[in-house]
Amino acid sequence: MTTPSTTSLAVARAARERRSAGFARTTADRLGVVGSIAAGILLVIVLAAVFAPIVAPYDPDYPDLLASLSGPSPAHLLGTDALGRDILSRLIWGARITLAGPGLVILIATVIGVLLALFAAWRRGRADTVITWLLDVLFAVPGIVFGLIAVAIWGPSLVTVVCGLAIAYIPYVARVVRGAALRERNMPYVSAAWLQGQSGTGITFTQILPNVQPIVIAQAVSSLGFAVIELAALSFLGLGVQPPTADLGLMVKSGFDSVLRGHPTEAIAAGALIVVIVWCVTVIGDRLTSNARSMR
Amino acid sequence: MTEPLLMLDDVRATLRLRGGHQTLLDGVSFEIHAGEALGLVGESGSGKSLTTRAITRMLDPAFRVSGEIAFDGTSVLAMNQAALRRYRSTDVGMIFQDPRAHVNPVHRVGDFLTEALVRERGVDRREAERRAVVLLDEVGVRNPEQRLRQYPHELSGGLLQRVMIASVLLAEPKLILADEPTTALDVTAQSDVMAILDEQRRARGLALLFITHDLELAAACCDRLAVMYAGEIVEQGAHVYHAPTHPYTVELLGARPSIDQRVDRLPVLRYDRETHELLKAEAS
Repeated sequence: MTTPSTTSLAVARAARERRSAGFARTTADRLGVVGSIAAGILLVIVLAAVFAPIVAPYDPDYPDLLASLSGPSPAHLLGTDALGRDILSRLIWGARITLAGPGLVILIATVIGVLLALFAAWRRGRADTVITWLLDVLFAVPGIVFGLIAVAIWGPSLVTVVCGLAIAYIPYVARVVRGAALRERNMPYVSAAWLQGQSGTGITFTQILPNVQPIVIAQAVSSLGFAVIELAALSFLGLGVQPPTADLGLMVKSGFDSVLRGHPTEAIAAGALIVVIVWCVTVIGDRLTSNARSMR
Repeated sequence: MTEPLLMLDDVRATLRLRGGHQTLLDGVSFEIHAGEALGLVGESGSGKSLTTRAITRMLDPAFRVSGEIAFDGTSVLAMNQAALRRYRSTDVGMIFQDPRAHVNPVHRVGDFLTEALVRERGVDRREAERRAVVLLDEVGVRNPEQRLRQYPHELSGGLLQRVMIASVLLAEPKLILADEPTTALDVTAQSDVMAILDEQRRARGLALLFITHDLELAAACCDRLAVMYAGEIVEQGAHVYHAPTHPYTVELLGARPSIDQRVDRLPVLRYDRETHELLKAEAS
């Protein structure tokens, strides 16, 4: 007769705790400390942008020409721009477009990219070859160029550059998802579903898609950071969002002119906000990517 | 004599390799009648699993299959895609060796059980779940309602294999293909799962093709045995277990360790490819 030793009991308890922690993983666990901070900052920015009409102290488009280029003061926390508009209010309103534009780019690119990737992975053969070739071609052309082409055809506007960039971002999502879907479709549970008489479309969407979903989300968030930079760059060049709409890329541009007159606040503030947004998105994207990988 | 449910006649599967052809199934012929159980035994690589894949037409397209496979008088090899899907979903059910690998990890057990019925046969979701609960109960799963809400990783291997059996029975097939359904389970779970499979099969009058390494198990729950070696069936019939005639079968049965006798060394099979070819040449 042997009794379980205390060590083996302790080991068993530790294993049980580890497992229950694994099941009840909170968002904070998944993102880690830095990721949680990034998510917190991003959440504040997003909330401020969504509730801009309430949060912003001034109308972002109201020009107070008498107070133009005033420095930071209790009335205008970050001062005013060349036309006397409140910089803080413009930052808050600008964050709306700076977040919504790239969000739309990634949403369109993800939907199209995932459909293409799943189709290619399921059909393989010639369909896969054609789609992969198409993605490689898209991949070879920088996103900015697609934006420029779209502007050349339809003229400068936010919608134009969003459409152009969306096409450019398709391969970023599609290539990764295609690889993951190819691996999933060789899993035994897929042949089991096949043997149950399920259709190819059914298996793709009910069996494979849920299994590649973490990778889709991770890749979409990671690409979002790049989209923010490229869209801001296009606005900076005057090809995207048009004045007088408040947009961070545009504010860097208009603030750029004021820098020479000794008032760098607008350019620095807008640029810093872009950096913060991109940093947050990238950190979260990295965490999601490594989580998705470790699940395999 | 009635027409057999499943008939394989001289089925050959060849794989074209860089160096030429490799014949992996070499003239496999057998019949399974409705409600009958056939045990297919043989060593690893003898083509047992390949045979089930051929029956369900799940062989890699790189294989060239010849011969005739008929289910209920219809040629399986000649089916179009729609007929093939109907055949797979309603006529045959497959139980796999490793249940964990064959269940989608992100789907709940309930979804796994009902999705084929709901999606492919248009059964109402609630009705499908009701049937699933009844069946889980019949295959000896306790708290079936609760199990439906759980994920595969929360179930043990034996439990998952019962779920697998339930999923096959749910589709109400005429033939069950069981590819080593107990190999991945421990011994106590093995006997439970096997008893349930056997009981359910007999109660429903289903035919079974049972693939295993375990000769005793096959003999206990099957009407006939077929012994495979190197892609061929060397001997089949009801007599195989008690009165084998083929030298390979004789040696195979002789090599089993017995609980009653003490032996210092277990006998080693001397039957090899060379003997096999020699015997074949002599016979022809």
